[in-house]
Amino acid sequence: MTTKMFGAPIRRKEDPRLVTGGGRYLDDLGHGALAAAFVRSPHAHARIVDIDVSGALEVDGLVAIYTHEDLPGRVGEPLPLLIPHPALTHGRTPYALAKDEVNHVGEPVVMVVARDRYLAEDVCQRIRVDYEPLAPVVGIERARDGAELVHPDVPGNVAAHLVQQNGDVEEALAGAPHVLDLDLSIERSACMPMEGKGVLARWDPEKAELRIFSSTQTSTGVRAAVAAKLDLPLAKVECIAPDVGGGFGVKIMHPWPEEILVPWAAKTLGQQVKWTEDRREHFISSAHERGQLHQVRVGFDDDGRLLGLDVKFWHDNGAYTPYGIIVPIITSTQLLGPYKPGAYRCEFWSLYTNTVLVTPYRGAGRPQGCFAMERTMDAIADYLGLDRAEVRSRNFILPEEMPWDHGLLFQDGRPLRYDSGDFPASLAKLKALVGWDDFAAYRAEAQAQGRKVGLGIGCYVEGTGVGPYEGGHIQIETSGRVNVSTGLTSQGQGHETSFAQIVAEELGVPIEDVFVTTGDTRRMPYAVGTFASRAAVMSGNAIALATRNVKAKALRIAADALEVAVEDLEIVDGVVQVKGAPGTQMSLGTVSVLSNPLRYAFDEAAKAATQFAGTTDLSKPPVADDDEPGLEGKDFYSPTQATFANGMHAAIVETDPVTAEIRILRYCVVHDCGTMINPMIVEGQVHGGVAQGVGGALYERMVYDESGQLLNASFMDFLMPYASEVPFIETDHLETPSPLNPLGIKGAGEAGCIPVTAVIASAIEDAEGFPITSMPISPVELWELRARHARGELPSLAHHAAYRTSEENQ
Amino acid sequence: MSEPTTEELLDITLTVNGVRRQAQAPARRLLSDFLRHDLQLTGTHVGCEHGVCGACTVLVDGAPMRSCLMFAVTAQAHAITTVEGLGTIEAMGPVQQAFTECHGLQCGFCTPGFLTTITAYLEENPEPTEHEAREAISGNLCRCTGYQNIVKSVLRAAEIRRERAAGTRP
Amino acid sequence: MKPAPFVHHAPRSVEEAAATLAQVGHDGKVLAGGQSLIPILNMRLASPAHLVDINQVAGLAEVTLTPEAVRVGALVRHARLEHHPEAYAALPLLRQALTHVAHPVIRNRGTTVGSIAHADAAGEMPAVLALTGGVVEAVSTAGTRDIDATDFFLGALETSLAEDELVVAVRFPRFATGTGTAFLERARRHGDYAMAGVAAAVQVVDGAVRDARLSFVSVTDVPRVVDVTDQVRGHEADGLDWRAVAPTVRDQIEPEGDIHATAEYRAMLAIELARLALDEATAKSVAAQYDSAAERGIAR
Repeated sequence: MTTKMFGAPIRRKEDPRLVTGGGRYLDDLGHGALAAAFVRSPHAHARIVDIDVSGALEVDGLVAIYTHEDLPGRVGEPLPLLIPHPALTHGRTPYALAKDEVNHVGEPVVMVVARDRYLAEDVCQRIRVDYEPLAPVVGIERARDGAELVHPDVPGNVAAHLVQQNGDVEEALAGAPHVLDLDLSIERSACMPMEGKGVLARWDPEKAELRIFSSTQTSTGVRAAVAAKLDLPLAKVECIAPDVGGGFGVKIMHPWPEEILVPWAAKTLGQQVKWTEDRREHFISSAHERGQLHQVRVGFDDDGRLLGLDVKFWHDNGAYTPYGIIVPIITSTQLLGPYKPGAYRCEFWSLYTNTVLVTPYRGAGRPQGCFAMERTMDAIADYLGLDRAEVRSRNFILPEEMPWDHGLLFQDGRPLRYDSGDFPASLAKLKALVGWDDFAAYRAEAQAQGRKVGLGIGCYVEGTGVGPYEGGHIQIETSGRVNVSTGLTSQGQGHETSFAQIVAEELGVPIEDVFVTTGDTRRMPYAVGTFASRAAVMSGNAIALATRNVKAKALRIAADALEVAVEDLEIVDGVVQVKGAPGTQMSLGTVSVLSNPLRYAFDEAAKAATQFAGTTDLSKPPVADDDEPGLEGKDFYSPTQATFANGMHAAIVETDPVTAEIRILRYCVVHDCGTMINPMIVEGQVHGGVAQGVGGALYERMVYDESGQLLNASFMDFLMPYASEVPFIETDHLETPSPLNPLGIKGAGEAGCIPVTAVIASAIEDAEGFPITSMPISPVELWELRARHARGELPSLAHHAAYRTSEENQ
Repeated sequence: MSEPTTEELLDITLTVNGVRRQAQAPARRLLSDFLRHDLQLTGTHVGCEHGVCGACTVLVDGAPMRSCLMFAVTAQAHAITTVEGLGTIEAMGPVQQAFTECHGLQCGFCTPGFLTTITAYLEENPEPTEHEAREAISGNLCRCTGYQNIVKSVLRAAEIRRERAAGTRP
Repeated sequence: MKPAPFVHHAPRSVEEAAATLAQVGHDGKVLAGGQSLIPILNMRLASPAHLVDINQVAGLAEVTLTPEAVRVGALVRHARLEHHPEAYAALPLLRQALTHVAHPVIRNRGTTVGSIAHADAAGEMPAVLALTGGVVEAVSTAGTRDIDATDFFLGALETSLAEDELVVAVRFPRFATGTGTAFLERARRHGDYAMAGVAAAVQVVDGAVRDARLSFVSVTDVPRVVDVTDQVRGHEADGLDWRAVAPTVRDQIEPEGDIHATAEYRAMLAIELARLALDEATAKSVAAQYDSAAERGIAR
């Protein structure tokens, strides 16, 4: 057998290229293309009165200026609503260029095409747009009170209202010995990949074909959307995702206005046109997420076991709903985490505001749900004076209770049914890793030195690998090179490596011979995209199935040629050989030659497949009726439901007694994503997720003023953490394979960031002794909470360890 | 409008990765754009164009600087090193090699700025502690890795430098 | 985010630069390191028609030490001054403050003089210039003039520099012998603009405080000296509780709130940092005296 590939920390195949400047990201392509830039709304809510371009026409290098009026046919119609849902009764999507009205700062109003981006921006600066400002709706409270409307035909600003329940929550709460109410809020943040969005389009007038390159998480989605909008046959449109500099969700939304406008302009002008989003554009015209207010009412018994859970929340969806209500649906279902909630009801309202639209950001509604649930767990523990880990453990769904059906519908429209997981084992690992039981002693020691420290915990379950499907295609060349393609895209997850590991292992070839292509509709036109921690689950399994198909074919051909039984053959290091008699063998390359009966010998190896080579059985046609030429295999993987990964995090924080600065001293992660293809890559995903979580917990927020201006639309003021702000992350893994797919994989992409906000809030609360109910939290906010607590406006925790100890000390 | 509508183009000559390169560009051409678009050295990436993210960091006479905060015309007197000048796939620089060994990158977009920054840093401080390594990379943003494996890469790169100096090239 | 067009001027001498500024100063900007200016240009928050790029001007890249002061030329990069051993020996406060100026990569390009001429109240080096009682040397076609720090800073990003004047150097006077200094600041992220920062200088003579002064970052409208000597003059340095100066500090700062910190928080932080910095400076002054006593061979 060759070196074990599956499960090994193989170095990434893409890295040598990427570390030597050989990456090809969107803006690295299309040298000499015309550049697009946009005049974007400076107002959150306004009517467009007039657009005057006369002052801009003299700029040398100007090619075209387009406003909504210039957009023909479907290009001028509203962009599609990608994920309709019956509860989304008032879905609204924007136009590619604003028509009559703008609904957030940054909405594109005029498109400029010029010789280069500098000149295009010069033109933009000279275009005058007159606006009649309208009352802006900013923030969930103002949206909820409905006094002013974002869209005049959407009463109360309510885009969607959805209730899901399982059991009679009223009755459960009425009968519960204890009931607590919590108000919990999370502010807005954003994916903020280091590479912004971008699109390059080439129109070939001779063939009437369009080729699009987009920094996207779904090339098939962009292709279909552009073909539909431009009224082109799908066969005349190709879309390729080149190297993509991070996505985290924002690039799954499609088509972005620019993804329609740039191809349309390229076709109209007959020239290459490129748009590279700059950082300010990314802040004000891509997507945000996370902003939600939650009201939790929980009933529980004397042991802290949940009897009933009633959750209401209000979701800020920004100005439009092109991605539907996926984020709040995920919150409402994934809030439950590893627990049995008793009777459960969740009701949400998705509200319009005059701010940037909201689409999923890594975690996609789960960080909010986890925050709500985990704050609730801590509140129960404090109320009853119980250990916080113990209360969690008493509510866990146990391994023997799997599969566990929550009786709700998940984001894929399928039952919320956990397939596997061992939550008690995960918790035991976490407690050991962080030293849960030793913390009291550590705290006492710290207190003696005048330091405030706290320990926090958070648990989550994550539905990963949602359908509908992905595909894999394997082709073995006569050289022995194995070409693998799958349609979903890559944004740094290492697909070139992990998918190659699967193929190398399944087929029995050296990984060096395996070459993976993702996100190219020319190679695999059927695909969904990379989001929801689904790539390894979906494409990984599809590729495994496809590999098994091609392997079967290779063995069949080799068995014929070597005149042995298929069962007697194995493939080792790219060579098909007889088990126990490796002298009888042929390379996969040779099998590939034989798989493709030839008339012409284009090279030495090909001679063996030509008609006079004497290798053919004259009683059969060169290609059998049930066969195809070539050594290829294809398959698709389409699961009945998502598979559920889980994890538990704990952190120790220290808060400065004077300045209220918050420092994470330790951060511990236990993570279960089923079988791991490449533990090094999984670990990297966890690290990155935790860092984004730390950003969301302590640093990042979108600060809008009342007029809807985003006050921190730069990296100077939107505080993404540097290395100096991210703690060392300690990890441990548990592997409970998913029973749902052949490889036993669960997704790992989003996991790291889900519980971080909950964990940090838990730890700060533990350090301070009063409830933390709103995140992110800055030193200023903590300092103000301390002042409110000192004035008696904020209650102390009921059974707080730190206070007990300090009282005992007095 | 008093601004000129047609801009004067300047002959700009730069020494990049040891090679003298020339192109015509207006005075306002940022060094980052000049490298990327005029010289087609696209390894240097642009992440924010206000000097915060560090993706565009190149070496100017050996010192790391933000190429989005310099004009090409001002850079003429200096020797510029970009990620392409740090090594090739066949002969990687120590920092490049360390990143591939330690999973120091994911999407790879911020990576060139880290590579140039760390290359210069190790010249100054060839044996950093873990804490120093973290501090050394704290002016560059990465959204993928959580930095832990970049810290590890800095320490590994220091080791590779020592190994190579001792003639035990791995 | 690309800058608007401008005419680029690259004078080779101070005289040529001054002549250029005389012509275009009203509609132009001086470009040295550009680490504050170029982001503003890229965002088109400013679009000057002319840039007078002084990077080729001869004679501006020197750090010069005199018995009275450290003189820093207009093309001296922060990093150069930070790592300048003689400048550190003469005035440790320079390095103490410079390590807080953004990140090392920015310090490799940005100039100390440029950050002073930019006159951002959130900048570290204006506060240092103020605390040292420094001088700005300005040149125009009319000649050269020295501007005291107290006269130089007029308001946020506003100085008494005329449109046609070029700052060729600043002089940071040395402190009295035996003065200890410290520089502290707190930012949301390492390397960001400070929520509050403080430079402190304390002179202890024969175990008693003779002089104590502060200047602040981000909490005063212009950088200036806050003299707290009166609260502690003659006090025994050993065990001195610098909390005593809090009311004076509170009276003399006017912090404003922004998205990163409220005015009240900044005030608290400034007072706390002042205490810590005064402690540190005091300890250094005391240590310096022991050191000099030891150098003179006097037994403790």
